[in-house]
Amino acid sequence: MKNLIKQLLPAGIMLLFLPAALKAQTDEDGIMMAKKNLCIGGTYSYSSWNNYWEGTFKRTNQNIGTVSTKMFGLMGTYGITNKLNLVAGVPYIETRATAGTLHSQAGFQDLSAWLKWQAFQFRAGEGKLSLYAVGGGSLPLTNYIADYLPLSIGLQSKTLSGRILADYLLGKFFVTASGTYTWRSNITIDRNSYYTTEEHLTNQVDMPDFTSWNVRTGYRSNSLVVEAVLSNMTTIGGFDIRKNDMPFPSNKMNATMLGGAFKYYIKGFEQLSIVGGGSYTVAGRNVGQSTMFDIGAFYIVDFTHARAKKRASSLHNNKTN
Amino acid sequence: MRIQSITFRRLLILAIAICATVACNKSVSDRTANLAPLNPANQDLNAGNWKLVLLSRPDTFPVVAPAATSSTGYLADLFEIKGYQKKLSGDELGKIRYWSAGGVLRWNEIMRSLTAKYNVPPYQNADGSYPIPSSTNPFAYPYFPFSNPPYAARAFAYVSAAQYDALVACWHYKQQYNRPAPYMVDSSIKAYANKTTLPSYPSEAAVLAGVSAEMMKLLYPDEIASVEAKLQEAELAAIESGAATRSDITAGEALGRQVAQAFIARGRADNAGKAVGTPTDWANFATQAQAAGQTPWLSLDAPSRPPMLPLFGKVKGFLVDSAHVVALRPGPPPSTNSADMQSATSEVYNLVKTPSREQMRIVQFWADGVGTYTPPGHWDAIAAEDFIKKNFSEVRWARNFALLNMAEMDAAIVCWDVKYHYFNPRPSQLNGQIKTLTGVPNFPSYISGHSTFSGAAAAILGHIVPERASAYMSMAQEASNSRVIGGIHYRTDCSTGLTVGQGVGNFAIQRATTDGAE
Repeated sequence: MKNLIKQLLPAGIMLLFLPAALKAQTDEDGIMMAKKNLCIGGTYSYSSWNNYWEGTFKRTNQNIGTVSTKMFGLMGTYGITNKLNLVAGVPYIETRATAGTLHSQAGFQDLSAWLKWQAFQFRAGEGKLSLYAVGGGSLPLTNYIADYLPLSIGLQSKTLSGRILADYLLGKFFVTASGTYTWRSNITIDRNSYYTTEEHLTNQVDMPDFTSWNVRTGYRSNSLVVEAVLSNMTTIGGFDIRKNDMPFPSNKMNATMLGGAFKYYIKGFEQLSIVGGGSYTVAGRNVGQSTMFDIGAFYIVDFTHARAKKRASSLHNNKTN
Repeated sequence: MRIQSITFRRLLILAIAICATVACNKSVSDRTANLAPLNPANQDLNAGNWKLVLLSRPDTFPVVAPAATSSTGYLADLFEIKGYQKKLSGDELGKIRYWSAGGVLRWNEIMRSLTAKYNVPPYQNADGSYPIPSSTNPFAYPYFPFSNPPYAARAFAYVSAAQYDALVACWHYKQQYNRPAPYMVDSSIKAYANKTTLPSYPSEAAVLAGVSAEMMKLLYPDEIASVEAKLQEAELAAIESGAATRSDITAGEALGRQVAQAFIARGRADNAGKAVGTPTDWANFATQAQAAGQTPWLSLDAPSRPPMLPLFGKVKGFLVDSAHVVALRPGPPPSTNSADMQSATSEVYNLVKTPSREQMRIVQFWADGVGTYTPPGHWDAIAAEDFIKKNFSEVRWARNFALLNMAEMDAAIVCWDVKYHYFNPRPSQLNGQIKTLTGVPNFPSYISGHSTFSGAAAAILGHIVPERASAYMSMAQEASNSRVIGGIHYRTDCSTGLTVGQGVGNFAIQRATTDGAE
């Protein structure tokens, strides 16, 4: 049990989209929360870009300068069982441009929730291989404006995601790889017509789905995780921003990001952990070339323990784990 | 392990089922995608007598008498239709249905699409200057045209006015030759659109296709191939639907193209080609404003961009002449140094400091900026939705769009004259703290283009569809106000623009009451 508690989920956040997305590292790593344990915490991230891609054309724009996104995330992971976790998060986002006149935006973005299931675990050679199935979705929490890129705080789409994740642990070294498919619902914008590669006489926008993958590798012990992370998202369909045109929610937004992350459990106070990381967009299409940093703190509440203690005092229950 | 794998399979099936029912069904269709065929309450058979815009007579361009319906040539025409009708594919039926909703409507939608496509400002050169699109080299970047609001207003007006004159001529010959539609001559020919008693020679669908395609060659030269494909599609749909024979089509297309030539000749000489101005012109505006003790307008684009079509005020209007332009010019805005201007700037700052979501919705709904069909296109869209309900004949559709779009072009002329007469700075220029909810247009503030366009459109549309007059005026008011609450205009720009626009709209109403159609 002690070991399982120590293997609680670090939660970092990553910026994937042109507008920010709260990404629980927990739904992309090979670590599970123990049954009836809640890991809850907050993260802060800052990302910015001044280069962006209009289709494949990379440029800067003096009319927006540097676009920055600050995100405050509240996240939690709960062990329904030792093999089934619920992960949920809520981000508050602020965007700003350093040049030009465009008004900044701020607000609560999308509630996201994931069910993470450790389906298989077996010895493979000297190490241990675990396979996970992860399903999740997101729902906009507020009526923020989506058709205001690049300063919108989100895209207003409801999403459903399915992910397969494999984790291989050899001693204290690990490799985790996952692939995800995300379905996106249509959105309604404030305009009643818009141009993509043709004119659409409607306020409904067909949002292209996307796939993503994530590979992370590094050192993982009971007190420290240090890892390198390579991730990618690729929009299936969507269209390119034309030269000097405005971006649009249904653009083809692709990005490949390289970064690192750490998680450190405070010695002697292992319920508390500090997480952090950073990433850089090495390639992209219709997105900003973001550099991102994040930092967060998480705390574990062990409900099993609390209840067991209660039971022990009232019912003299002698249950052991 | 076994139990787990069964559960996993169930979860997978569940996930696929959720996707199939919720997320994967996402087809989006245009609001005019499934219209019923045009079914005019009145075919306006006397429209050959309506007042023309540019042609001096409806028979300026002769159309030879058609062959008799008993002739062998006509019989071959009917065979062609029967041949098509024997094996119409779903795709062909879809195109028949699309075009049967009305040629004026569909060509206007195509124009709106092209306007949006070409409404992208050129990217700067390496040295920070800007390339200017050229009609002589439309295929090279920057693509010609940059269909900004004045360009678009003029383009819509030329296409609509040319369509109107061409259809008046068409109706003149329809009445003169009185050749019935193929489905009237031969009962084995099916009418895929509505059966009407309108004579089919020359075909109104082909007149519209010919005149529109020819006009678009001038206005969107990069699109000649795609526009010609639309022409072929429209004409084939008319034949396959049983509404027109090959000879109706040939005569119609030729008439349409000839009428367009008259408008193209006008367009080449209406001063629009000189509207970009020269660096000397651009500098003079600033010098003149400074001489009048005013802070001159500065481009807020970076790098600084030359003002948009500063000499558009000199373009020759359809409804107003140069003396009217001067007469319609309002008095000056508050002096840039005055307390009035200071309070007007503060008002904008306070309005946009912490915008509400509803405020953003209004601003976005009316923004009609880069990559859109511009305010004139927006008003065409508003008009089209109401015209659809009115069951106008094709010729009346053309007349109403001509009135609307000539008013919009002349609104652009009058508005641009005012803008460059006063060369008044935008709120964000006078107060750098003012952030905006849409891009700041690259031309002077006074008077608001959106307000002028909207005032003119609401006025003429209120005359055409009187029961909607107050609705149009409140839309115009909202469009106008959207520019103040979006942080890009002072209130005076908008209230004055709305009034000036209505003044231009009155010229269109004046024409409407005397063109023989009412």
